[in-house]
Amino acid sequence: MERDEKGMPKKGMFSAQVDLSKFSFEDFAPATDAEKAQQEVMGESSTFLKDGLRRLMKNPLAVASLITLIVILLVIIFAPMFIPYDYDGIIKVGGKRDKGMSNLAPFAYSEAEQAYMEKTGESLFPHIMGTDKLGRDYFVRVLYGTRVSLSVGCIAAVMVLIIGCIYGSVSGYFGGVVDMVMMRIVDVIYSLPDMLIIILLSVVLKESLKLDGTVFSALGPNMVSMFIVFGLLYWVGMARLVRGQILTVKQNEYVLAAQCIGTKPGRILRKHILPNCLSVIIISTALQVPSAIFTESYLSFLGMGVSAPMPSLGSLANSAREGMSSYPHLFIFPAVVICLIVLAFNLLGDGLRDAFDPKLQR
Amino acid sequence: MADNEKNLLEVSHLKQYFPIHTGMGKTTPLKAVDDISFTIKPGETLGLVGESGCGKTTVGRTLLQLYKPTAGRIVFDGNVLFDSGEVYDENDQPVLDGKGNPVIDRSRITHANMMPYRQQMQMVFQDPYSSLNPRMTVEEIIAEPLDVHKLCHNAKERHEKVLELMELVGLNAEHASRYPHEFSGGQRQRIGIARALAVNPKFIVCDEPVSALDVSIQAQVINMFEDLQEKLGVAYLFIAHDLLVVHHISDRIGVMYLGHMMELANADELNANPIHPYTESLLSAVPIPDPETARHAKRIVLEGDVPSPMNIPSGCPFRTRCRYATERCAIACPQLTDRGNGHYVACWNK
Repeated sequence: MERDEKGMPKKGMFSAQVDLSKFSFEDFAPATDAEKAQQEVMGESSTFLKDGLRRLMKNPLAVASLITLIVILLVIIFAPMFIPYDYDGIIKVGGKRDKGMSNLAPFAYSEAEQAYMEKTGESLFPHIMGTDKLGRDYFVRVLYGTRVSLSVGCIAAVMVLIIGCIYGSVSGYFGGVVDMVMMRIVDVIYSLPDMLIIILLSVVLKESLKLDGTVFSALGPNMVSMFIVFGLLYWVGMARLVRGQILTVKQNEYVLAAQCIGTKPGRILRKHILPNCLSVIIISTALQVPSAIFTESYLSFLGMGVSAPMPSLGSLANSAREGMSSYPHLFIFPAVVICLIVLAFNLLGDGLRDAFDPKLQR
Repeated sequence: MADNEKNLLEVSHLKQYFPIHTGMGKTTPLKAVDDISFTIKPGETLGLVGESGCGKTTVGRTLLQLYKPTAGRIVFDGNVLFDSGEVYDENDQPVLDGKGNPVIDRSRITHANMMPYRQQMQMVFQDPYSSLNPRMTVEEIIAEPLDVHKLCHNAKERHEKVLELMELVGLNAEHASRYPHEFSGGQRQRIGIARALAVNPKFIVCDEPVSALDVSIQAQVINMFEDLQEKLGVAYLFIAHDLLVVHHISDRIGVMYLGHMMELANADELNANPIHPYTESLLSAVPIPDPETARHAKRIVLEGDVPSPMNIPSGCPFRTRCRYATERCAIACPQLTDRGNGHYVACWNK
């Protein structure tokens, strides 16, 4: 064997052997404490929620929809406090009813109002979206309609969330026969034609609900029956989704580890399984809101929704239908608000999905 | 037996079958673990080796009653955890009734509530990436057993105990509020070990705890297992497929093949003097660091594949790949018999 001057075997051309002669003794000195400390440094700790929100804030569409929703929310909460008109009151000028108030264009004043302003010199609050056929301020009515539609959407989403999560997690966690029976029930509900059931139920419930004297009487029987219908029918999608997610998460070894520790099933579900399904649940709740708003508008449009004089976006659009060629703005305003809300929730839902579920990212 | 008292864990005739649906309404049992018996003494390490799918992990999980055993008897620290009541005669053969069904002693059937024993038996998992909940901080993970068994009375005591455990497994106490994804594989495995140690167990099932780690980290973690055993006196059932690792850490080693125990012996004895043909071939596959010796080493290469556990060969499960197989091997399954020096082998021919 060929050897070099130090007696080491000669290195082959393609050998990967380290040439020790290129290193000095100092290179092998043990690391100092300062150098070791450098290796210890870890990045800022960040939680799942912080991480997700940071990613969400990088998505311009989601941020824009979030801002839109916040603005809409602030306006419907605070604007009616500053506007001197009522959603169900016909506008009076100087304490007297004004015959010329109906179907005013946006920002227009009636003749009586113009005369009143000239006489007293005070300026009346403008009718931002004009007035309706009966002479009520349309902007205030749209604000109240948005309130109704949004609260229907949010309450329906919360109900779906609660029922769907509990049902789905029990079914998914216990599996076997329990799962089979529970999922067949879901299949039965799923196979019912939604719209027909909603219409039938809201008709039947309206008759049988006795609300007088309860807190619900302010809402009216139509609204309450609508909530019941959402609660009865719309949770099935969420239940299926949660069950599927739980079946996947259950396979992880940390669930086995928790069982090994002796953790009770309820705690395993709460601490280990549901938090890991959270992204899917958040997203589908966000997407549930617009679908409920849509259904509400649809039902109100068909005359099954809220009872007059309480407006909802759907019923406003419905009553504007008659004079659509002469007064298109009465139809356009509620329609635009529905579109804005639904679009914003859908885009926000998409943004949430991308932010919290990186696996699904395109 | 006289030395029964000294055993921490006694497993006899443990069987774990999983029903597999094969077509309309039919189920075939998958015999993951078939008639396995062994004992573990306090502070001892029993290694369990075998190729993938031979039922090593199932043995570990069945011991902790994460699966309900199909049959057998598990005694831990003098308490019967599980007993299906089958009666065995003095030759360790099942006693059968007239119809060929095993006789069952109904008075012995036990299925103990595991909650008190969960404090004494724990498990370290194979995959440090999926065995820690990504939504919990290290402190929450390690404190979970403390919470479940109500071992700490207030938040301060709990925090101190967690820090103590982290120190014990060589983790930096400052990282208690971090999430698992911020740690390396070795560190994560240490978190898993700290969680298992939190309840101060007497027995830990280590389910391939190092096979997902780099070789350099493997050595660290194994040395830590040894240190902890010295300090705390825990017994291990150390499951692995790496013979060198198992030989290093174990006092005794059991070799499994298709749900059966093939050979059970002292670690050094097994390494120096393997009797079962399967153990022989396993040992011959261990890489030898010295190329000169390796050149002359005889490598026993097994022919064919492992049979499907759904369709285990009759008699000895290893006979289809065994060099010494005879007709007798196909007829009956050999029992583990003592060949002296605590060396048990299940083979007709060797």
